[in-house]
Amino acid sequence: MRTKLIDQQKLVPLLFIMPAIAVLVIGLIIPVGNALYLSFFDWDLGTKWETAEFLAMENYMRMWQDESVRKSLWVTLQYTFATTIIEMIIGIGFALALEKPIRGASLFRTIFILPLMISPLVVGLIWRYMLDGRTGLIPHYVERIGEIIPPLQEIGFIRHAYLADTRLALPAAVGVDIWQWTPFIFIIILAGLQSIPKDVINAAYIDGATWWQMTIMVKLPMIRTLIIVTLLLRLVDVFRALEVLFVMTFGGPAQATEVLSVKIYKTAFAAQNLGYASAISMLLIAITLILSIGILVYNNPVQQEGRA
Amino acid sequence: MTTIRSLNPTEETTVQKGFLGKWNFNWSQISHYALLIFLSLIILLPIYVIILTSLKRQVVIMSREPVWFFMPTLSNYQEIIENHNFMRHLFSSIYVSLASTILTLFVSSYAAYAIARMKFLGRGLLANTTLLVRMVPPVVLTVPIVSLWGNWEGIWLESAAHGRYLTWVSQTWLCTADSQVADAVCQVFVDGLMDGRIGLILFYSALNLPFVVWLLVGFIQQIPVELEEAAIVDGASPFQVFRQVIAPLLKGGYAVASIFVFRIAWNELILGLILTGRRTYLLPVKANNLIDNAGVQWGLMMAMGTLILIPPLVLTFFSARQIIQGMTAGAVKG
Repeated sequence: MRTKLIDQQKLVPLLFIMPAIAVLVIGLIIPVGNALYLSFFDWDLGTKWETAEFLAMENYMRMWQDESVRKSLWVTLQYTFATTIIEMIIGIGFALALEKPIRGASLFRTIFILPLMISPLVVGLIWRYMLDGRTGLIPHYVERIGEIIPPLQEIGFIRHAYLADTRLALPAAVGVDIWQWTPFIFIIILAGLQSIPKDVINAAYIDGATWWQMTIMVKLPMIRTLIIVTLLLRLVDVFRALEVLFVMTFGGPAQATEVLSVKIYKTAFAAQNLGYASAISMLLIAITLILSIGILVYNNPVQQEGRA
Repeated sequence: MTTIRSLNPTEETTVQKGFLGKWNFNWSQISHYALLIFLSLIILLPIYVIILTSLKRQVVIMSREPVWFFMPTLSNYQEIIENHNFMRHLFSSIYVSLASTILTLFVSSYAAYAIARMKFLGRGLLANTTLLVRMVPPVVLTVPIVSLWGNWEGIWLESAAHGRYLTWVSQTWLCTADSQVADAVCQVFVDGLMDGRIGLILFYSALNLPFVVWLLVGFIQQIPVELEEAAIVDGASPFQVFRQVIAPLLKGGYAVASIFVFRIAWNELILGLILTGRRTYLLPVKANNLIDNAGVQWGLMMAMGTLILIPPLVLTFFSARQIIQGMTAGAVKG
């Protein structure tokens, strides 16, 4: 009787978590495992699986030597670090500047979360149109400013087709990501700043801390963990990002904005090489996995419970 | 370590008296508002542009000078709704988004309850793995989807990658030669699975599940244990405790979670592009397909984009508080 009771108690948690595990296994684990498996084969889209050739590590060797993968990795790194660092600086800066609660703040917060809620497809579309060299608003007004103040023409205030220029496409893509995601960092850091206990601030104030000292030595250190976690979250998300670039430039011109996700998509569905695309997928997964472990180390909910 | 659990970011703590009320101008507040308004304009401009452009004729759209004042027309919307099967794709989108929201919430609330309240072997491992799989890039799923799911109504119809996995599942488990299941039923089942929308529901749920589980764990931990203990003393089974005590108290958590799941499913493009065919395209996929070799049909594209924007905009204006709650919880919970 007693053993039966214990067995039942062990069974209950299992029943509770089983459906979730089933969804995760079918929807994520099996596909990722399948990608790993396919990465050892030479299999072209549209050919019979039976004709796929087992290559062992050959796809990975090829990836190691592939100039275009290297270029793509380099673009990804530039894109990721540029967006994340600029977004963090602007986001934290504005959060510090606008920290004081004011009337109407909730309306502004609502506006600030809009870019996070709208579809990446729509974001890509809008900016593709606004940056278009012929019809776009931004090239037009940049040109106009250059016409009004001629010296500015020297430093680039002329009509550019930003997304068609190999030097300007990546900075333009970075700008779009900044538009979309800086509010995310702003809102999280703002929430963090406003949760700092008032007595800490008051104590520093009584000790005669200037605004600058207060910021560098009190406020930012108090929300250090939050800053690091937000940074890592952004890094992972930018590494994974695909859709905005997919719609806006599809990796072009040349390879200027071809981040790894776009490279994988193109390898699979334009070059039709499924095996090789899987091998590159593994590279992308490895990078995001390392960053995710970083997040876990800094911010583990399981450990947090223990401490709380 | 900062904790945000006690924090309600939308709650105004102090509103400084005197401003506007007594007309004593405070320059720091004025600059504060000026900066906020400036940032809001930067954020709103592109959204304004897409709505404005959707109301222009193609000639106006393609003019070299930006046109701010013009005679608005609904012809783009009319074209989309009349000639591009808008209703059908709208139905697909709503169906997939709602179904994956319901599936995700249902499945993850049980898991969240187990993680929050029960002790079992592998609980820590499960918790950590859930967090790690959250980071899987969606593009990584595209190739396996082709090989496992493969629904080729379109270009690759002849591909031999024809849903190997599902064919295998159905042939091995369901439609074997000696099975009791009638052929017709079998066919319906296989067709249903081959309909990429079922796959999408599953993949969106899997991608969202880790985040939702952790969000709900946070909400469950705030519920006093005494309520459950009382129910157990009254002889309720764990399932009854969950359904009758916990679930009704989780409404707030469900609201936050459903916004996030719905948003992802509604907005997603790439998996939809791979998994759905001509008849079952979701709205973003349909919009993407308006880009063709001849270029982009901007008018139709912007009208489609505006229509896709509506639900997220409505959600944002009515539940900004829940969205911010979910975002901050996401950052703190990983």
